[in-house]
Amino acid sequence: MAHSGINVLFEGRNLIRLFGGLWTTVEIAGVALILGLLLGIVLGVLRTFPNRLLRLVLRLYLEFFRITPTVVLLFLFYYILPRQLGVNLPANQMAMLAFALWTSAEMSDIVRGALISVPKHQRESGMAIGLNRWQLYRYVLIPQAVSLELPATVNLVTRVIKTTSVLMLISVMDVINVGQQVVEANNQKFPTGVFWVYGMIFVMYFAIDYPLSWWAKRLDKKRLERANG
Amino acid sequence: MSSWQIIQQSLPLFEKGFVLTLWLSFIGIIGSIIVGLICSLLKYFRVPILSKIAVIYVEVSRNTPLLVQLFFLYYAFPVLGFKLNAELCGIVGLIFLGGSYMAEGFSGGFDGVSKTQVETGKAIGLSQLQLARYVVFPQGLILSVPALAANMIFLIKETSIFTVIAIPEMTNTALDLIGMYYRSNEYLLMLVIGYALILIPLSLILTILEKRVRYGSFGN
Repeated sequence: MAHSGINVLFEGRNLIRLFGGLWTTVEIAGVALILGLLLGIVLGVLRTFPNRLLRLVLRLYLEFFRITPTVVLLFLFYYILPRQLGVNLPANQMAMLAFALWTSAEMSDIVRGALISVPKHQRESGMAIGLNRWQLYRYVLIPQAVSLELPATVNLVTRVIKTTSVLMLISVMDVINVGQQVVEANNQKFPTGVFWVYGMIFVMYFAIDYPLSWWAKRLDKKRLERANG
Repeated sequence: MSSWQIIQQSLPLFEKGFVLTLWLSFIGIIGSIIVGLICSLLKYFRVPILSKIAVIYVEVSRNTPLLVQLFFLYYAFPVLGFKLNAELCGIVGLIFLGGSYMAEGFSGGFDGVSKTQVETGKAIGLSQLQLARYVVFPQGLILSVPALAANMIFLIKETSIFTVIAIPEMTNTALDLIGMYYRSNEYLLMLVIGYALILIPLSLILTILEKRVRYGSFGN
């Protein structure tokens, strides 16, 4: 008797396993984002400081992450950390670390961009009323920069979530790896199951990323309306 | 064997991978620009039905990872009777992904043309087509250059994901070699340098281009 492929999702614990894999994906993306965004804010603020050496080093940090594809980055961490530096982390944590550093680099550029586009008179007025550097950032620059950078930050979040798909390459049991196993285990019984399993994963990613990118677009539109009147 | 010998020995293989990465990126970028331009035009002119399809395509494509799109094309489509070889899958996948990014880039540029420009055009009696031809597109295309440039770099980096469907581009070559000879340091170094050789000159050229076209912007 022919089985309809969609039933592969409801066979045994397949669906639960897929959602388990999704949770691993979300967990890694979540931790990487929290660490990466925070570090990125600090680095972004530092990049607006006048110290040239500091700016150069942070710029090189950014460019390194910019020109290295995430797949390559992941493998750099995967091979270099244990073999050269003797750091043995489970694949999940290694992925969190790699993604967090990558996020921080991208975030630093967003934060820097937002900070330097706060109008100059704001900074100068702040200094004129005698704010020190910490107060200037805390009360004048950062609050204004947040609204400028928010759409880009949300877009970065969606990018990081999408990029977690490459985790399967370093054998993290993420949603795609689980999906592959489900497909292989059920290939005999459900020859068209592959379509439904990957279709399900497709929908899962879309369901997470679409609301975020919709939100980013709306924020951006609001910002443009405010700017153009 | 010394590191240097390892590097020398694998150079010809890397060169092949490098050329394939360049070639696939090139076709992918050209295809993406064409698809993106068409989609953004459909959206701009609000062509009935087709513009809705373009919007749906853009949202589906840019909110899902390339890797999943490739898996779908490569493993799931054959079940339905469409069988493509790996390289064709890669190119189709890259254009499917890149088309939406480019569409967003073009649309962003068209939307960025200041309202006064559009209203002035209407006030002097330009038709919708004339408005597009003489006011919105020339300025909008210039405004979209930075986004298009960023997309190009993004798409080149995305070709590294082709390794999952075993296209022998640069990343795949490196990972294969590591699997065979366990010399991860040398091969990873070559891989990073390989991408740097493509991306550093390109991003310099694009930065210069962005500066040059900015002279053409007007009314902002």
